[in-house]
Amino acid sequence: MTDAYIVDSIRSPRGKGKQDGSLHQLKPIDLATQTLTALKERNHLNTSQVDDVIMGCVSAVGEQGANIAKTAVLKANWAECVPGFTLNRFCASGLEAINLGAMKIKSGWQDLIVAGGIESMSRVPMGSDGGPWAFDPETNAQTYFVPQGIGADLIANIEGFSREQVDQFAFDSHHKAHAASEKGLFSKSIVPIKDRNGFSLLDHDETIRSQCSLADLAKLKPAFQKMGAMGFDEVLYHKYPSIKSIDHVHTAGNSSGIVDGSSMMLLASKAKAEELNLPVRAKIVSVAVTSTEPSIMLTGPGPASKKALALAGLKVSDIDLFEVNEAFAAVVLKFAKDLDVPLEKINVNGGAIAMGHPLGATGSMILGTLLDELESRKKRYGLCTLCVGGGMGIATIIERI
Amino acid sequence: MNGIKYIDDGQGIINLVMDLPGSKANTMDAVFRKSLDEVVERIKKDKEKVKGIIFSSAKESFFAGGDLKELIKIEPEQASSFHRTVMHLKGQLRYLETLGIPVVAAINGSALGGGLEIALACHHMICIDHDKIRLGFPEVQLGLLPGAGGIIRTTRKIGLEKALPLLIEGKQLKPKEALELGIIEDLASSEEELIKKSIDWILANPESKAVWDQKSFRVPGGTPSSPKLAPMLSIAPAMVAAKSKRCYPAPIAILSAAVEGLQVDFETASKIETSYFTELASGKIAKNMIGTLWFQLNAITKKRPISSEKSAKVSKVGVIGAGMMGSGIAYACASRGITTYLKDANIEQAEKGKAFSEKLLHERNLKGKISEDKKIRILENIIPVDSAQPFGECGLVIEAVPEDRMVKNAVYKESEEFLPKTSFLATNTSTLPISSLGKQVKNPSQFIGLHFFSPVQSMKLVEIIVGKETSQETLARAYEFVIQIGKIPITVNDSRGFFTSRVFGTYVNEGMAMLTEGQDPAVIERAASFAGFPVGPLAVSDEVSLSLMKSIKAQTQKDLEKQGVPYPSHPADKVVDYMNQIGRVGRVASKGFYTYEKGKGKQIWDGIKEKFPKKDALPFAEMKERLLFIQSLESIRCLEENVLSKTADANIGSIFGFGFPPWTGGCLQYVNYIGLKQFCDRANELSKRFGPRFSPPNLLIEKAEKNEKFE
Repeated sequence: MTDAYIVDSIRSPRGKGKQDGSLHQLKPIDLATQTLTALKERNHLNTSQVDDVIMGCVSAVGEQGANIAKTAVLKANWAECVPGFTLNRFCASGLEAINLGAMKIKSGWQDLIVAGGIESMSRVPMGSDGGPWAFDPETNAQTYFVPQGIGADLIANIEGFSREQVDQFAFDSHHKAHAASEKGLFSKSIVPIKDRNGFSLLDHDETIRSQCSLADLAKLKPAFQKMGAMGFDEVLYHKYPSIKSIDHVHTAGNSSGIVDGSSMMLLASKAKAEELNLPVRAKIVSVAVTSTEPSIMLTGPGPASKKALALAGLKVSDIDLFEVNEAFAAVVLKFAKDLDVPLEKINVNGGAIAMGHPLGATGSMILGTLLDELESRKKRYGLCTLCVGGGMGIATIIERI
Repeated sequence: MNGIKYIDDGQGIINLVMDLPGSKANTMDAVFRKSLDEVVERIKKDKEKVKGIIFSSAKESFFAGGDLKELIKIEPEQASSFHRTVMHLKGQLRYLETLGIPVVAAINGSALGGGLEIALACHHMICIDHDKIRLGFPEVQLGLLPGAGGIIRTTRKIGLEKALPLLIEGKQLKPKEALELGIIEDLASSEEELIKKSIDWILANPESKAVWDQKSFRVPGGTPSSPKLAPMLSIAPAMVAAKSKRCYPAPIAILSAAVEGLQVDFETASKIETSYFTELASGKIAKNMIGTLWFQLNAITKKRPISSEKSAKVSKVGVIGAGMMGSGIAYACASRGITTYLKDANIEQAEKGKAFSEKLLHERNLKGKISEDKKIRILENIIPVDSAQPFGECGLVIEAVPEDRMVKNAVYKESEEFLPKTSFLATNTSTLPISSLGKQVKNPSQFIGLHFFSPVQSMKLVEIIVGKETSQETLARAYEFVIQIGKIPITVNDSRGFFTSRVFGTYVNEGMAMLTEGQDPAVIERAASFAGFPVGPLAVSDEVSLSLMKSIKAQTQKDLEKQGVPYPSHPADKVVDYMNQIGRVGRVASKGFYTYEKGKGKQIWDGIKEKFPKKDALPFAEMKERLLFIQSLESIRCLEENVLSKTADANIGSIFGFGFPPWTGGCLQYVNYIGLKQFCDRANELSKRFGPRFSPPNLLIEKAEKNEKFE
């Protein structure tokens, strides 16, 4: 079977996902278009060779609506023959785009794919796409819907992660991200985002707090306590009757940040890469997606990673570096516990708690970070995984070339 | 037009006077529906001449609601014809609403359920401003929803957020509150003004349309797709479920029909509402609730035992013992206008008992529930005394002294000295056999048990216990008295634990039995909660106190030994003994199955797990099932042993006396709901695994074989 390779990976910096965020003035379409253009320029890409463009986008409505992938292909003025589509696997959308692109290549039916994601959370807020899961009362009740943060709190309780532990994790995320940023470890992938005059709007991740302290983190109020008490805690008791009460440990400080961002990867078969004279950086070894108990929602990374490892014929100890999306601190801590991975191998340059989680773009973004770090450390295998809405989990294993 | 009088005032204003023959109230029964059809036909014919329509009522109330006799018969097989009937009725109201002719609801009395729905289909609602009138949707309390346009019109009229409490909680409004909320448009001070205002409005609005049929209409507060409502929408189902414990389908169905109905046009919304209504009406939970909480409950006040002095109400009562129960009983009597002599050993104690009522009334007054005037009148009805002399004026004396035969005998003697020959004596004992206490009184035929529940002011049930010698006349009068004070009587024959304590005991014991099986105490309590019980078996044990439970068990053992009957040991005995041994006897000791630390509230105590180490968790559903099954089985035994004679007494007693979940329709209706054969089979399985206490009684087996139900 044909193998799928990563030729290149780029991303926008992540801008604070609010009105005062540096990318807020930019339309989502321009954010997506600029990353497409940057990828094309950096690789001197003859776009007519691209078989498909896949973009993860979670809130694909309004300014991000109506297939923003194809729209961006049009606005970036790529060849007419280039198709494009958006997909939504919630927080895994960006990585799903990569995995699907890899599958297309492995099938032998397509051989050059652009895959990534876009999410301007400041312009199209989370939840803008509505949907029956949360907003149709019948469905909501029947499926025991609970917001993710409360599931994260329960994970912490069940696993015995204290508020201090999750805060410590958040503290580390900021400091690791700050150090990496200072060292220029992200500069390989980051392309500055510009306004229409070419003035740079943002060239670094905007939400890293170099001054982040444990004392400040400890001051933050639990984010999900109030809505938990209004009824969501009780929904979880139906699934976990032995839980006496939920201790809400997650705050705005130890959960992922709301940001704007976009990321793109160029994927190819070996033959196509050689034909276009593009060096390949990594092989996509295996991909996996699965689903777990939906109300606690965030326990998918472990099972998904095990599935991907089995497919690759690898052991946990074979993996040199892990990227586990920092949706909430407890998610990463649970993953480390489930797979018995030392924290030193996980998110070595920080994660979404420090830099934010632009829903549709995060997956491909952190896979890019993983690739950069494998290269700079000259390591072989990396595993990237995310927890996903509905209890899903996704994982991708890459091997540096 | 049997149910609706069609009165043309000669000026083109049609007064539709709803007046169902042979009935105290108007309901949406077949006669009414036929009349409405005829009204609509006639108006279609006279359309050119009709200038306006007024809906009014000749009854004391405006309209009472749906026809429950008909509703309870709707099985899934009748669902489609039921659906058609409802759509047809709604179509007729909709026809009048969209005719372009002004339609007014002249609401002279309470409009509940279907009544409020008819009124909402009118363009203008005027209600007499009387304190006794109520507007609202009580459907949810019977497992139903307002299916005749109540949901779609209320949400369009006042918006989703304001409508939901009315629809989901069945909150009832006084006319002024309805006006403030925007449910009605106007108030009238009298019948005359009501009609005058109705006519005036018609004349002032010759062409009229419902607001939701006007082009400019926007749903107040926005439709469900507006971002403003989003946070509320995603949490509303969790909030509803936190109350209903997911035992009741109606609240979620109402929320769903309300939200879904606002996403679409009026006519489509109406279809959605009818679909949900049909699903509930043909479902089993509504049957359970209507059967017990409507028909059986009503029968309790309608089918009373015949008394020779049927009309004789008690005007003066004596209560002996001004402790918690006595004070509560005095309050219950006094608030129904009965002069109550509250007696204790000394006047200070008696005064204390009265102070209890004073405190309660003060709180109710602060909350605006009763006037200062009423408070004073009620308090005047309670007269603290230290002598039995005033009992000479009383029709009834209720004893509520400690459970000590000596003390009781003494107060009976004292009372009998003054009690008129025609009056009767009652005891509030919850443990001592009535027949044996009756041996101590002068006239055992005029002696009876009146078992009130604590706290008396909020518990509606009174268990009447008939002793061997108690006469029918005494029973009839006791029954009348219970109804007189606004409580619900059930009749039970004398036996150990009577009915309520005996059956409730099985619930508590079952919870403790699970402990001995190594089940997590938190899960046991949660199983109870999610089965629909208000309090878990372990929490209840703490309230009752495990030391009391121990002494009752010891007494039972002794009594049985005397009768030569072996004591049936129960796994719970081990738990009771252990808890007594380690001094964790409940709330009185500030420690039991829970810990009670100041500022921390109560927390379940995990130490018990050390005594009964954790084993494999039972399926959660099975734990819920056991707590329900064991009580139903014991109730069947009560029926078998003639402790109970009526199914209704078991159902009503279980719901109002000890918190058996209302969704089941009560402890015997729950057996019907499961199906007698299935219940038998399941009981046999549970019996094999957990002991003979789950063995199906013969009565159940016989009934199951004969394909009968508990009716």
